[in-house]
Amino acid sequence: MTLRFDIPEENFADILVKAFTNRSFLTGFVITIVVAAVAIVSFFWTPFDVTRLIIAEKTQAPSPAHWFGTDHFGRDILSMIMVGARNSIAVALVAVGIGMGVGVPLGALAAARGGIVDEVVMRLNDLVFAFPALLSAIMITAIFGPGALNAIIAIGIFNIPVFARVARAGALAIWPREFILAARAAGKGRTLITLEHVLPNIVTLLLVQGTIQFALGILAEAGLSYVGLGTQPPMPSWGRMLFDAQTRMVAAPWMAVFPGMAIVVTVLGLNLLGDGIADILDPKSRRQR
Amino acid sequence: MTVYLLKRLAIALITLVLASMVVFAVLEIIPGDPARLMLGMNASADQVELLRNQMGLNAPLPARYLHWAGGLLSLDFGRSYTYSVPVIDLVRERIVVSLPLALIALALSTIIAIPVGLFSAGRHGRAGDTIAMGAAQLGVAVPNFWFALMLIYLFAVWLRLVPAGGFPGWSAGIWPALKSLILPAIALALPQAAILARVTRSALIEVLNEDYIRTARAKGLPYRAVLWRHALRNAMIPVLTILGLQFAFLLAGTIIIENVFYLPGLGRLVFQAITQRDLIVVESVVMLLVAAVIAVNLLVDLSYAVVDPRLRSRQ
Repeated sequence: MTLRFDIPEENFADILVKAFTNRSFLTGFVITIVVAAVAIVSFFWTPFDVTRLIIAEKTQAPSPAHWFGTDHFGRDILSMIMVGARNSIAVALVAVGIGMGVGVPLGALAAARGGIVDEVVMRLNDLVFAFPALLSAIMITAIFGPGALNAIIAIGIFNIPVFARVARAGALAIWPREFILAARAAGKGRTLITLEHVLPNIVTLLLVQGTIQFALGILAEAGLSYVGLGTQPPMPSWGRMLFDAQTRMVAAPWMAVFPGMAIVVTVLGLNLLGDGIADILDPKSRRQR
Repeated sequence: MTVYLLKRLAIALITLVLASMVVFAVLEIIPGDPARLMLGMNASADQVELLRNQMGLNAPLPARYLHWAGGLLSLDFGRSYTYSVPVIDLVRERIVVSLPLALIALALSTIIAIPVGLFSAGRHGRAGDTIAMGAAQLGVAVPNFWFALMLIYLFAVWLRLVPAGGFPGWSAGIWPALKSLILPAIALALPQAAILARVTRSALIEVLNEDYIRTARAKGLPYRAVLWRHALRNAMIPVLTILGLQFAFLLAGTIIIENVFYLPGLGRLVFQAITQRDLIVVESVVMLLVAAVIAVNLLVDLSYAVVDPRLRSRQ
């Protein structure tokens, strides 16, 4: 018989009930699903073709044909927002993946080893932290030229210390627990304990941080594309659409309004989702509400 | 206390040195010969070689790093390829726009966020709290450059209260200069204030659950006095941490916002330098901003000691 030392898991059904009675989670979940669905639909169908420029229909105000109006090349704004969603999600998702993939092992290692390893990891963290994503993006662009890949790398690099810190802090709180002591007494090594006992217990923390960084990634991608360091035309991106809108604010304000609202709604949804998950899975934060 | 301060100082210095190595390494791997770039395509190999020697480009790598880093310490960043003036002159010209903008935005976001956080924590769970935090939740989601565009549309295009962009320079007088910084500062400050207000509120609520707060209340201190005198001070640590982090975001935000308002700050300088491939300017500005981020985080660490007496007395 194998002894299990993990904290008793909450019943999945209980968590589901809690999730669907939590207003934050529910709102965030619905918004996130809708945005993801829009991005997926854009692969098969958009109201208009975003690659076709129809100058005769340029800068038209919102109408039954073009719900969000058209841009300076006569492209349908709604269609562009749909395709842009794809782009935003992809960049932010990969950047979170980079941050988690590198940051979590580093943080877990620092917590498991302590001493000099911990010190080195944390100092490297400080170093990366001194380069906000925009500065990394500027440097990468200065070397390789602009592109969506640079945005992903820059945002991903900035995510690494964030996840390393969260993983380390979470793991440090788990290590003194009795079930870890029991596992050590059973002869398990640090790596095995980290994999089997520490990581499963900090998944919640990582998930919550993941949604926050996902939201920040969408904001950062928009910012980088806006200043020309991210996604390049003709690929539609929310940030780039706002750049195009800037000089046409007087004639065609809808060009700025709708892509911006797309960003706000998406980021709001993700943040609500993150808050909701934290609420449901962490009793301490629920007490604070 | 001294040990704590010295350790923090040492960490900041190490980070700064490592960061300068990263930036230097990036300069090194960039393809293209700066000497060739300065002389143009028609220069002979001999001329290029001569300039390379003059610029110290033929020295071994560690020597070049030390020369470059030494230059940074004496504020000698080198010469701009395109403007042919010392980079420090360009920086000095531009920093008088970027720094005031970042500072005004930081002040503005603090002035807004702390009272909102206090208000919300004081009405924890009631309607006022829900509304304030709903607004904050929305504020966190708003990209500052889009907010800036909306502000321009409302206040500059529609109401015509402030200029839509540009900067008259401080020589045109304090008021006209400040006036052109108002909208950019608000655009930068509000989304940051939303984050800060949320952190202030949750830190306060955490503190308000502590025993010493109950004691203070039990001895008859009015709620307001407890909130201001006991709770706020103890909630300052997380708030200061976020303020430090926000400064980094504000600097980055300044670079983007300057492009929205056509402000001649460091951000504009950097983007012009990128398009002109004036790499020494790009690297200098990046290095400067990185140093600023490190310095502010050091300041935050030091301010912990001021706020938290336990850190002061600890050996």
